Amino acid sequence: MTTLAPLYPTHQPRKLKVATVSLAGCFGCHMSFLDIDERILELIEHVEFDRSPLTDIKHVGHCDIGLIEGGLCNSENVEVLRDFRKHCKTLVAVGACAINGGLPAQRNHLDLGEILQDVYGSRTGMSAGSAIPNDPELPLPLNKVHPIHEVVHVDYFLPGCPPPADAFWRFLTDLMAGRTPHLGHGLMHYD
Amino acid sequence: MSTSTATPDASFTLDGEDVPFRPGETILQAAQRAGHYVPHLCWHPEFHPHGSCRVCTVKVNGRAGAACTVQAAAGLAVESSTDELNAHRKTLLQMLFVEGNHFCPSCEKSGNCLLQATAYEAGMEGPHFEEFYPDRPVDASHPDILLDFDRCILCELCVRASADVDGRNIFAIAGHGIDTHLVVNSPSGKLGDTDMTLADRAASICPVGVILPKRRGFAVPIGERRYDVKTVAEPGNQEAS
Repeated sequence: MTTLAPLYPTHQPRKLKVATVSLAGCFGCHMSFLDIDERILELIEHVEFDRSPLTDIKHVGHCDIGLIEGGLCNSENVEVLRDFRKHCKTLVAVGACAINGGLPAQRNHLDLGEILQDVYGSRTGMSAGSAIPNDPELPLPLNKVHPIHEVVHVDYFLPGCPPPADAFWRFLTDLMAGRTPHLGHGLMHYD
Repeated sequence: MSTSTATPDASFTLDGEDVPFRPGETILQAAQRAGHYVPHLCWHPEFHPHGSCRVCTVKVNGRAGAACTVQAAAGLAVESSTDELNAHRKTLLQMLFVEGNHFCPSCEKSGNCLLQATAYEAGMEGPHFEEFYPDRPVDASHPDILLDFDRCILCELCVRASADVDGRNIFAIAGHGIDTHLVVNSPSGKLGDTDMTLADRAASICPVGVILPKRRGFAVPIGERRYDVKTVAEPGNQEAS
């Protein structure tokens, strides 16, 4: 007896493409994301990673979800962010630095020129001939650090320093299921 | 209209529920005593209402008013937890956050902070507005108390506590509009030149992280603090100080 082919093709939902990046961040949000532990096996049943420190792909392609860690402290951060916005249907600000500038923004009440001079010019113990790095390949620092929503439209914010792994999980499972992500008490943290 | 049988003339409705009140009470006082949560920042049960933060704004018979200043009256229909009012509250909170420097990860008050807890409860995930990043240097001149003005929300609770309870008038508000700021009443403007002590009510009243005792950090770990454990909406947890 032969088995008949199913009358209708069975539906295999396309895997969502996800890209992640750390701009002016510490990769702590990415580390917290990895703290979802073995749930990452369930996650990759539903998503495929595009540009991310996890894949080492250098340029972002067309994606469903872009997760941005870190704020904007130099011109390269702005370029990468705009590229993500252009290529991601849903863009998420992940963590304190992407949301309000965070730790890097603590330099915002200081003069950038004076900071560079203090660090590379006049600090004690500098070797002779030390100067502010000026290689043309280095992206120029911005005068002030900015959160990402000041430069591109952001669809969702996932707060925390870092957001707990369970917050990543709740957020992504809500988003993948087509629900508005809702963290609720215990997962919503600014610290 | 009230249907309460125990005190037929002394109740109003809050989001459809009967709330009894005592003569002279405000809507916020009566609501909190009955176990309800009306979000607020500048109001504190120990002090006269100030009515400045507007986070407690409710609709009383259809008209907006601050629940901390409007007197309760029999038969009022008060709306508080509506989509419209909660959206306004979230916007007010976002404006307070961008106006100061609220870097929660470095703040000793995090987890015990009324502003933060109120924003959690309001579902404030991001600031929406552009950050001001104002320049507000700390005052570390006092041997026991640190002032970090970055976090001030101008609730004036320290002003009221110092004047009404401590009798010292150490704090005041100066300036107008966006330049409004907290100042210290001393010849140098520094807290170190005042007779403030840690035992003063003003030293413990700050609902955010402006007035902090020195040399006390992480006595309770992040994650186990007041608002990490219970939300600000729960009865008995509605004040941070």
